[in-house]
Amino acid sequence: MANIVQFENVGLRYGTGPETLSDVSFTLASGAFYFVTGASGAGKTSLLRLLYLAQRPSRGIIRLFGEDTVTMPRGRLPTLRRRIGVVFQDFRLIPHLTAYDNIALPLRVSGMAEHEVEEPVREMLAWVGLAQRGGARPPTLSGGEQQRVAIARAVIGRPEILVADEPTGNVDPDMAERLLHLFDSLNRLGTTVVVATHDFGLINRIPDAQMMRIDRGRLADPTGSLRYPPRRPDAAEHA
Amino acid sequence: MSIATTSGSAARRLLDDGRRARAMRWVMAVMLFLTVLACALGIATANVAAALDAQLGGRLVVQIVAGSDAARDAASNRLAEALGAMPEVRAAVPVPRAELAELARPWLGDAGLSADLPMPAMIDIDLRDPSASAVTAVTARARSIAPDARVDRSAGWLAPVRGFVVTLSGLAGGLVLLMASATGGIVLLTARAGLDTHRDTIDVLHMLGSTDSQVARLFQRRIALDTLIGGVVGSLAAAAAIMVIGWRAAGLDSGLVGGASLGTGGWVVLALLPLAFAGLAMVAARVAVLRTLERRL
Repeated sequence: MANIVQFENVGLRYGTGPETLSDVSFTLASGAFYFVTGASGAGKTSLLRLLYLAQRPSRGIIRLFGEDTVTMPRGRLPTLRRRIGVVFQDFRLIPHLTAYDNIALPLRVSGMAEHEVEEPVREMLAWVGLAQRGGARPPTLSGGEQQRVAIARAVIGRPEILVADEPTGNVDPDMAERLLHLFDSLNRLGTTVVVATHDFGLINRIPDAQMMRIDRGRLADPTGSLRYPPRRPDAAEHA
Repeated sequence: MSIATTSGSAARRLLDDGRRARAMRWVMAVMLFLTVLACALGIATANVAAALDAQLGGRLVVQIVAGSDAARDAASNRLAEALGAMPEVRAAVPVPRAELAELARPWLGDAGLSADLPMPAMIDIDLRDPSASAVTAVTARARSIAPDARVDRSAGWLAPVRGFVVTLSGLAGGLVLLMASATGGIVLLTARAGLDTHRDTIDVLHMLGSTDSQVARLFQRRIALDTLIGGVVGSLAAAAAIMVIGWRAAGLDSGLVGGASLGTGGWVVLALLPLAFAGLAMVAARVAVLRTLERRL
């Protein structure tokens, strides 16, 4: 499988503070399923923000879809962002838009005609079990429903990479399993999935997934307790 | 419908700011009310200046003050005949003594009608071409016939009035420009405030792949629409005020004020002001949003 993401010696520092991420290097293969795990504050969200282009690194090289995103002019970022679906930890739904309109946003942003928007949005609402809730606004939805709307919004544009930050943090175990099943289904359709979580029970449900562990801003060395450690560029050469 | 090209309601709902929109419309209504009044003043005073130029620009008055009444009248007739024959002159008409006496009546009363009162002979000259060279030629010709003749440009008498009118016109134009720049400033502040208010929404749009232009379009359309709605309301109110002023001015029966009409062209200019300001607001909003977004990733 070709690499879709490449990080080389990436460091991230907010302002003049200490480095949140240091010397992070890894590659993600196209079509694979990855978990990013680590303790709270370890740097999972920062890593994901770099991945979905919400942040540029302080140093190092990041290549997405074969393009250097660190030196790329900001005017070209939207094109890459449309190829990435993001499920934010705090959902980040637009509260005054209905669930339908929230899910339809990526399609409208990409310039799809309105008559082409309705069918995929209805399908997506049904897929996440919210067919009857399309007209509801996020504040009137439960945490789990909001989570599902956020996931539907992230995947409706058929992204090549799906990035999810603690996507099951606000849902009960049954719903968590359903959501994971959704991610697995997408992955089987060819989408590279990156999920940040510290729920090992969840991780164990995807046996083919690889895992990256972040520890105090560094990509932890593989240990015997972790299955399917990520392939690092240097490790790949020696393999 | 995309947010890039939307004309639908979904994209309009992206910026949920009903209160801000209403406040913006009221501000724009006031701005356009004042702007339309200032512009109307400018147009009316410019029309007055143009009317003065048209009426007086090509007119001269020749006065003969020396000699007896008979000598003045004879000189006046000779001069009128000679000047009337010049190619630069359209007409040279001696002003009858009775008419001069009528003009003097407000100051002299019936005494102005007395034949004993010395009164200069006057010739009203209407030039074909109001150029300085024509005035010089007429003056030289008049002095060659009557060396003590005095030639005055009629425009010179009203030069202070015309200067005042032109100053008013310039002031009104300056006010319109000031209002336009203030409107631009208000739009810049509103757009920036809107960007702060909708920061989360804009961040989400960016993460979904929106371009800066798409985001800017949301703001520029909203602000242009608010300006247009407010502008139309303000302009209609100003038009009503102008009509009332015009009606009251008509009652003054003043030649100067009577020339201060707007004309069809003036009303068309006033009607276009809300559109012009909406366009200005749209451009200002776009510039403000794009410049602010450039500083974000």
